[in-house]
Amino acid sequence: MNILEIIKDTNITFEQRILGLARAAENSIDVLEMTDYVKQYREEGIICDLFEGNAPYRPRYILPDYNKFINEGCNFLNIDPPADIWEATNNLLMFYKHVPSITTMPVYLGNIDYLLEKFVTDENKDECYRAIKLFLKHIDTTITDSFCHANIGPRETKAGMLILKATKELELPTPNLTLKYSDETTNKLAIESIDTALVTAKPSFAKDSMYKEDFGGNEYGIVSCYNGLEVGGGAHTLVRVRLGKLSKKATNCSDFMENILPRLANEMLGYIDERIRFIIEESVFFQVNFLVAEGFIKKEKFIGLFGIVGLAECVNHLMELEGNTGRFGSNDQANKLGEDIVKTLTKILKDHRCKHFEDKEKKHLLHSQVGIETDAGESPGCRIPIGEEPEIFEHIVQSSPFHKYFASGIGDIYSFDETYKKNPQAILDIIKGGFNMGLRFFSMYGSDCDVVRVTGYLVKKSEMEKLDCGKVVLRDTTILGKGARDNGRVLERKLRK
Amino acid sequence: MKNTRINKIINFSNVDGPGNRMSIFFQGCNYNCLYCHNPETINKCNSCGICIDICPVKALSIVESKVCWNKKNCINCDRCIDICESNSSPKTIDYSVEELLEKIKKVSGFIRGITVSGGEAILNYKFITQLFKEVKKLGLTTFVDTNGSIDLRDKIYSEFVCATDKFMVDIKVWDEKAHKNLTGYGNSKVIRSIEFLGNLGKLYEVRTVVVPGLLNNIETVTKVSHMIGEINSKNKLDEDIIYKLIKYRQIGVRKEILERELSKSISPDEKMMKELSKIVRGNKIEKVIII
Repeated sequence: MNILEIIKDTNITFEQRILGLARAAENSIDVLEMTDYVKQYREEGIICDLFEGNAPYRPRYILPDYNKFINEGCNFLNIDPPADIWEATNNLLMFYKHVPSITTMPVYLGNIDYLLEKFVTDENKDECYRAIKLFLKHIDTTITDSFCHANIGPRETKAGMLILKATKELELPTPNLTLKYSDETTNKLAIESIDTALVTAKPSFAKDSMYKEDFGGNEYGIVSCYNGLEVGGGAHTLVRVRLGKLSKKATNCSDFMENILPRLANEMLGYIDERIRFIIEESVFFQVNFLVAEGFIKKEKFIGLFGIVGLAECVNHLMELEGNTGRFGSNDQANKLGEDIVKTLTKILKDHRCKHFEDKEKKHLLHSQVGIETDAGESPGCRIPIGEEPEIFEHIVQSSPFHKYFASGIGDIYSFDETYKKNPQAILDIIKGGFNMGLRFFSMYGSDCDVVRVTGYLVKKSEMEKLDCGKVVLRDTTILGKGARDNGRVLERKLRK
Repeated sequence: MKNTRINKIINFSNVDGPGNRMSIFFQGCNYNCLYCHNPETINKCNSCGICIDICPVKALSIVESKVCWNKKNCINCDRCIDICESNSSPKTIDYSVEELLEKIKKVSGFIRGITVSGGEAILNYKFITQLFKEVKKLGLTTFVDTNGSIDLRDKIYSEFVCATDKFMVDIKVWDEKAHKNLTGYGNSKVIRSIEFLGNLGKLYEVRTVVVPGLLNNIETVTKVSHMIGEINSKNKLDEDIIYKLIKYRQIGVRKEILERELSKSISPDEKMMKELSKIVRGNKIEKVIII
C-alpha cells in the first residue's frame, strides 16, 4: 500500500494510520540477507514472516518481569513501588505503554492476579473491584489490539476472582486471558473461569505442569494468541510455513518427507536466524532499551518461533498423491502422517543451533500458528478444518498427540451451546480429561457470546458488523477478525451440544 | 446375561445429571406420552420392513426375516423413523454388558459417571444392575433417568436401587386423570416413587415438562415443589433435590398428535417459566433449573 493510500484510508483510526506509515517506512529498505530459496518461497507465500517487516527493530514478543516491576518500581520511568491497589494498577498501565512488540503494543501483561493480590483485603474488596474494572477497561481502550494477553492462576486469589467478575461484566475483547490450571487450582476458580468464558470467550485453560516442564521450571507466560514463552524473555521472531502450499511441491509422500520438508525447515531456520541477527547485532534494541538496562528482560531468554499452518491440507494432499482418500482428523493413517511431519520438524529444530544464542542448548520452539485472515484454504496449525470436526471426544483424542511438540502454542477452540451455562462442571470434566490425555491448552466460548475467539485472539461480533457497514472501529484485530470470518469460516465452528 | 437393545449412546452429555456424563438410551417404553419427543424409542422393532426401501443409501436390509441396520452406510436422514408405523427405529444396536463397558472405559477419563435413560431404562433393570456394578469399579457414578412408573419398593428391585447412586424422576402432571390422558397410566406410582427415593436420599432431580394449553402446569408445579421441599427439609442432605422445569418444544413430537391433541399447545414463554420458578422457590427449593 502506498503512503498516500494509508493517509486517505477511511476505514482506519489515527493510531492505525501511524502504524501503517511506520510499517511502510520500514519496508522501504532491504537489509536482510536471504538465500534465493527463501526469497522465492517468501514470494510464493510458502514461507511467511507475518508482515514482521524488512528491518526488525524490536523482538516480536516481549515478556517483562512484572513481578520485579511491582516490587522495585522502575528508574527510567521514575515509578516507585505501589502502596495500594490504585497505585499498582496505575503503575502497570504506565509501564504497559512502554512495552513494545510486533504490534507496538504489549502482548503480555503478566500474571495480573498475583501482581495485585497483596493489595486486596476482605475489607477493601469493593474498592479493589472498582480499581480492577477500570484497569481492565483502560487496557481494552488503549491497547487497541487483542493480541494482548494476561494470565491468572493457578492458585485462587481474591484479585483473581475480582478479575473474572469484572471480565464477565465488561465483555471486552482485550486483554486475552488464560488460567494456568494445576492441582492447586480450586474448583471455585475453575468453574468461575468457565462461567466467564461462556459469557465472554475467556479465559482459556493452560496445563500448568506441562508448560513448567517445557520451560525447565522457569516462569512462563501465555502471550498473544496462545504462545508459551519464558518470562523475562520472549520471542525475537515468528516465521511460519504454509504446509498445504508446500506439499504441492512434492511428487509423492516420501519426496515430501525426505526432501521437500527438511530443505524447507533448514532454509526457514536460516531465515529466522538472520532476523535474529539483525535484531541483536544491527538494531539497537538490546543496547538502549530500559527494559534490558534495568533487567526486566534478558537477551538470553529470547528464542525464535518456527510456525506451521495448514497441516490438515498438507496431509490431505499427500494422501491424495498416494491414492488414499482418508482425511486428516478422521483417518488414522492421515493422523499418523500428520504426527510424522511434526516429529520430523521437532528433530530438525532440536538439531539446529542458532549461532546468536550463547547457550548451546537454547533451541527455537515450534508453534502451531493460528493463521491470518488471508489464509484461504489453509487451516490453522494442526487443527481439523472447520466443517469436518468430529464429536468433541474424538476431536480431543485426535488432537492430543500433537500438543507435546508445541511448547510455544497449540490449541483448539470449542463452541458450547447455552445448556452448558447450567452445568459448567461438565466442561471442567472435559478439560481435565483432555489434559490427562495430553492436551496443553483449551479454549472455549458460548455460542451466544458477543465476544468470540476467532483463531487465537478475540473480537466482538457487533464490532465486525460495524466494519461491514464501512464504519471505523477501534481495534485492528476486528479487521483481522472480519477477514478470518469471511475467509476462514471461524463463526461456523462445530457447536458442542 | 442377554443382550439389551440400545437406541443411542451420547459420549458427552451435560443435561443428564452432574458434570459430564455418558448417556445411554435404552429402547422400549411402557408409557406413550402425547408430547414424547423421541417416540421412536417407545417400541422394539417388529421387523415389518416398511423402512427398507425408503433408505437412500441402502443401509437397511432384511436378514433372516429381521431388519438389519448398517451403521457405517447410514447418513442419519431419519427417513426410516419417519415412515415407521410402530413408534420404533431400525437404528438400534444390541449390546452385552461387556460391550457397553468397553465403550464407557474409552471415555472414562472425561466423565464423572453414566446415566441410563430411554425409553424407560428400568424395564432393563437386571441388565443395568450388572452394568452399574462394573461401572462403579471404574470410579464412576451411576444415575437413572426414569418415568417413575415402576414400584421400586418391590424386593426384586432392591439390588438395582442399591447399585444406583441417584435417580432422576419425571412427574408429568399432578392430576391423575390428566396423567392418564397424557401417558396412558395413572400417576400414583410415580408420586410414591418420588417419596420412596427421596426418603432414601437417592433422588437427584425431579422433572416436569411445562405444556401450556394441555396441562394444569401451575397445579403440578405447586404440588410437586411442595412435596420436594418437604423431602429436602426432612433429609437435610448436603445436596438438595433439584426441580427442573423443561419447556415443551414441538421438535420431535409426532405430527398427527401436534395436529390433534397438542394443536393448542406452544412452547411456554419466559414469563410463564419465571412465574413457575417463583412458585418453586416459594416452596423453599433453591435449585430450580429451567431448560
